[in-house]
Amino acid sequence: MTPFDYSRAGDVAEALRLGGAAQAKFLGGGTNLVDLMRETIERPAALVDITRLPADIAEREGGGLLIGAAVRNTALAEHPAVRRRYPVLSRAILAGASAQIRNMATVGGNLLQRTRCPYFYDDAGSRCNKRNPGQGCDAIDGFNRNHAILGASEACVATHPSDMCVALAALDAVVHVEGGHGKRQMPFGELHRLPGDRPDQETTLQPGELITVIELPSQSIAARSTYRKVRDRSSYAFALVSVAAALKLDGGKVKDVRLALGGVAHKPWRALKAEQALRGGEATAEAFRAAAEAEFTDAAPLRDNAFKIELAKRTITAVLAELAGDAR
Amino acid sequence: MSIVNEAKQAVRGAAMDVMEKAVALAPDSWMPGGEPDPLIRARHGSIGASIPRIDGPLKVRGAARFAAEFALDGMLYAALMFSTVPKGRIATLDTAAAEAAPGVALVMTHRNAPRMKPMPLFMTAEKADGGDNLPIMQDDRIHWNGQPIAVVLADTQEQADHAVSLISVTYEAEAALTSLATAKAKGTEPGLFLGQPLKAEKGDADAAFVNAPVRVDRRYSTPRHNHNAIEPHAATVAWQGDKLIVHDASQAVQHTAWSLGDVFGIAEEQVHVTSPFVGGGFGGKCLWQHQVLGAAASKLAGRPVRIALSREGVYRMIGGRTLTEQRFAIGAEPDGRFVALIHTGVAPTSRQNAFPEPFILPTMSSYGSPNIKLDVETVHLDMLANTFMRAPGESVGTFAMESAIDEMAVALGIDPVELRILNQPTEDPLKGTPFSSRHIAEAWRAGAERFGWSQRNPTAASMRDGEWLVGMGCATATYPYHRMPGGAARITLTRDGGARVEIAAHEMGMGTATAHTQVAAERLGLSRDQVTFAYGDSTLPGVVLAGGSQQTASIGASVIAAHHGLIKELLKLAGNDSPLAGLSADEVGTVNGGLAKLDDPSRHESYVSILTRSGRDHVAVEGSASAPLETMHWSMHSFGALFCEVGVNSVTGEIRVRRFLGSYDCGRILNPKTAASQFRGGIIMGLGLALMEETQFDERNGRVMNPSLSDYHVPVHLDVPEIDVIWTDIPDPRAPMGARGIGEIGITGVGAAVANAVFNATGKRIRDLPLTLDKLM
Repeated sequence: MTPFDYSRAGDVAEALRLGGAAQAKFLGGGTNLVDLMRETIERPAALVDITRLPADIAEREGGGLLIGAAVRNTALAEHPAVRRRYPVLSRAILAGASAQIRNMATVGGNLLQRTRCPYFYDDAGSRCNKRNPGQGCDAIDGFNRNHAILGASEACVATHPSDMCVALAALDAVVHVEGGHGKRQMPFGELHRLPGDRPDQETTLQPGELITVIELPSQSIAARSTYRKVRDRSSYAFALVSVAAALKLDGGKVKDVRLALGGVAHKPWRALKAEQALRGGEATAEAFRAAAEAEFTDAAPLRDNAFKIELAKRTITAVLAELAGDAR
Repeated sequence: MSIVNEAKQAVRGAAMDVMEKAVALAPDSWMPGGEPDPLIRARHGSIGASIPRIDGPLKVRGAARFAAEFALDGMLYAALMFSTVPKGRIATLDTAAAEAAPGVALVMTHRNAPRMKPMPLFMTAEKADGGDNLPIMQDDRIHWNGQPIAVVLADTQEQADHAVSLISVTYEAEAALTSLATAKAKGTEPGLFLGQPLKAEKGDADAAFVNAPVRVDRRYSTPRHNHNAIEPHAATVAWQGDKLIVHDASQAVQHTAWSLGDVFGIAEEQVHVTSPFVGGGFGGKCLWQHQVLGAAASKLAGRPVRIALSREGVYRMIGGRTLTEQRFAIGAEPDGRFVALIHTGVAPTSRQNAFPEPFILPTMSSYGSPNIKLDVETVHLDMLANTFMRAPGESVGTFAMESAIDEMAVALGIDPVELRILNQPTEDPLKGTPFSSRHIAEAWRAGAERFGWSQRNPTAASMRDGEWLVGMGCATATYPYHRMPGGAARITLTRDGGARVEIAAHEMGMGTATAHTQVAAERLGLSRDQVTFAYGDSTLPGVVLAGGSQQTASIGASVIAAHHGLIKELLKLAGNDSPLAGLSADEVGTVNGGLAKLDDPSRHESYVSILTRSGRDHVAVEGSASAPLETMHWSMHSFGALFCEVGVNSVTGEIRVRRFLGSYDCGRILNPKTAASQFRGGIIMGLGLALMEETQFDERNGRVMNPSLSDYHVPVHLDVPEIDVIWTDIPDPRAPMGARGIGEIGITGVGAAVANAVFNATGKRIRDLPLTLDKLM
């Protein structure tokens, strides 16, 4: 680990001032950033601890929730309003990491965690365009079981590792940001980027900008929602494929649906093609499967991960069938 | 009840259950016609008592000192830099920035390392235990991807780690052979194990197989595995003049002392290795380059050094299990009797060692057949030296053997339990020697009954529980009895009535000290709280490898030898004024804290009385174990009958093991509590082998790509179901205490038991480990 300065911000203004310094990074729970610093992949000159910033979960006017970025993952997953009104979010968080890590990790930090591609992590011995732009990618022809099947580029095939973000993508969350140029809000889907030819740029945040609040809009559909994660062991493993879904039926038809996927792309993947295929259609296993097929028409498998295309289709179909069964 | 209280209770109980009948001297050899160890007949004393580990309270309090917890004055912390190419030479190496970094005392590379001999390779001499035989930092050559190329010593671990990141290096890479397929295409050569070819042939297996009415002929493969003991390798090292002190995490203190002496050109007596506690060994904790580098850097710096490997460091420089590609073919009569067994294949090894995974070992003794052919071929790859790991040979060999047996059971339409019992041999299938004790059929029957095997539907893919396909499978576990030469122990009786047993053995978490306190108490006629068991120090007697599941037998035989000498010495001291006067060693036994005439316990004198009357503070006797000839006269093996129930998700292919039962025949069980823990731990490792463990070795450059516990999967708690463990507890008359070692058998057979259950659940036969979900979709 490279030596660094440490300071703790008492409020957002102080955080922005301290975070504006050259090579500064915000520190939440540190469950990913500190690991990356130990591996010398991240070498910040200064860490600004923001865990003293607001960590409240508040009711939003007109319904919905405002979640402070410093809220711990465990606190969010256990919150009664989240469990009742957004079960997909609670389940997604509990499917991730371990209890100890969830106790430390913050909501804001979870959004900004970086890929677990082993070639990204191997600073000493492997090439990675995300770590060193233009260096090349050793994952494309290497071990890539956990890598992307959607939206990847020739520069990068990494996946976003978060479970929580998959639920937030499905729930149309809004990200509140503050920076040197004031406050702004963006739809969750605009926070993370696909790799393109700049996989080192993972989000649309500007330098020094700080995530302050995650807003969950009021959505009646979310009350019937769930998260299913498929992985290589029962716990403490990243998703091969995960599905966050919410479903509202009208008789035998799909009135509305939210569907997002984890483990398949450089960002939490909102399955808009599948949603479009489903909306207004029959709520049958055949229709669910057809919608899943539609989402993966452009899927591009790598050496080790072709199975994930079929796995994702099956899991989507099963999750929607489960929700439809609950709805009837 | 707390562990501490439990321990206290156990000690109190121990004081009360002192035996009343004198125990005769044990035989000091195990030849035909010889008497079994009389402790076998002692059924209600310390042996067989389910007592908690005596080191438990220490470990709970954090007071058990491990290798990386010795703090020495002026100690420096070491960090290592590893090569990133598999072969070639170091072209440039710039250490200036690292040397100038805060707290750095020294950077050692091939340019300034002291001159040393390579490590003596394991088993090339009586006490050789080096993992490879390469020059260590003596030149600029690179032999594997991950080889240490620099050691930084600093005042803190953090400073040392940081300084390593400031070293810059370039390489002149050379073409390396890192692909098994490429190596095989160039041709294989016979695999050698301890210098002997891994080959055996009886009858004409090829011809018998071709002519057999029912045939199964399949290929099975298993991946590389890495050691993942909870305690990463570490050593705290100091030089006192020309004397080297190494606080190590070791399963071979005596071997390591001798081998380090050889490396540094000093006598083994000048090397003192301690290892009071080891956080798991599993074959990985002998001598590797880190102890040598720590000692060399300490010599160079003139200060003590702690070298504690990071988890990545363990993956880069401590060998694991190599991969295997196996063929298993069985020819059978329609009634199920085997007429041909063929087990062959390839296991690569490195150039700097010679250890092709001996996967044919389980087939040498498990089933009878008039025709048997076994053969391991090897190729040499440019990779980290592989090594012994959790039942080397049997772990992955049983996957092929027991999967093939299951396939044969399906082909014959015979229950796989019955097929296994039907093919039990009446004598050793290859050597023709009699079995010392073999009760596998009883283990099968007891296990089947308890597991509810009769509930299994033999038709595959016929049981369902919601989304889950449910199936049951079984397999044989097997591991041989070993006792290596070199065992010796010292027993010291003191006038306060206590006994101290000393032997250079090892406690790696399995309960060695606990079990052998029980054994020594029983053999000496003392209570357990009167016995101290000292181990883990190269200045103690005996050459006792904690490997090959042989430590219990080795300690047992060593203590027996010392006991012989002790009784003779005590009789001498007792003299003519004792109730024992005139008796020979053969006529007395140990009971109630002293000696008594075997057939007249009223002629008794306590140790305290003998010592007091003779004016002695103590009496100490050392004895050397007899040569391990028992395995020449008898075929000695442990077995287990394993039963597994799995669920396979019909949507995702995920496997969940729902129930597991192991029914073992391992001779006498010395301590049911610690034994059950060892069996369960082995089975859990077997679940890892079955379901998830796989080293990602990138064949493009020989680099391990998952060097962490987050990326290299071992089972988490949720992967482990209820595991039931039972045993026959039938003593082996040819083993000390009647006990065969149980350290390694637990992992064996588990891979096949799971795979066979998966077949029963789904109708899909997976012959390539691990059983990941993509193979079942």
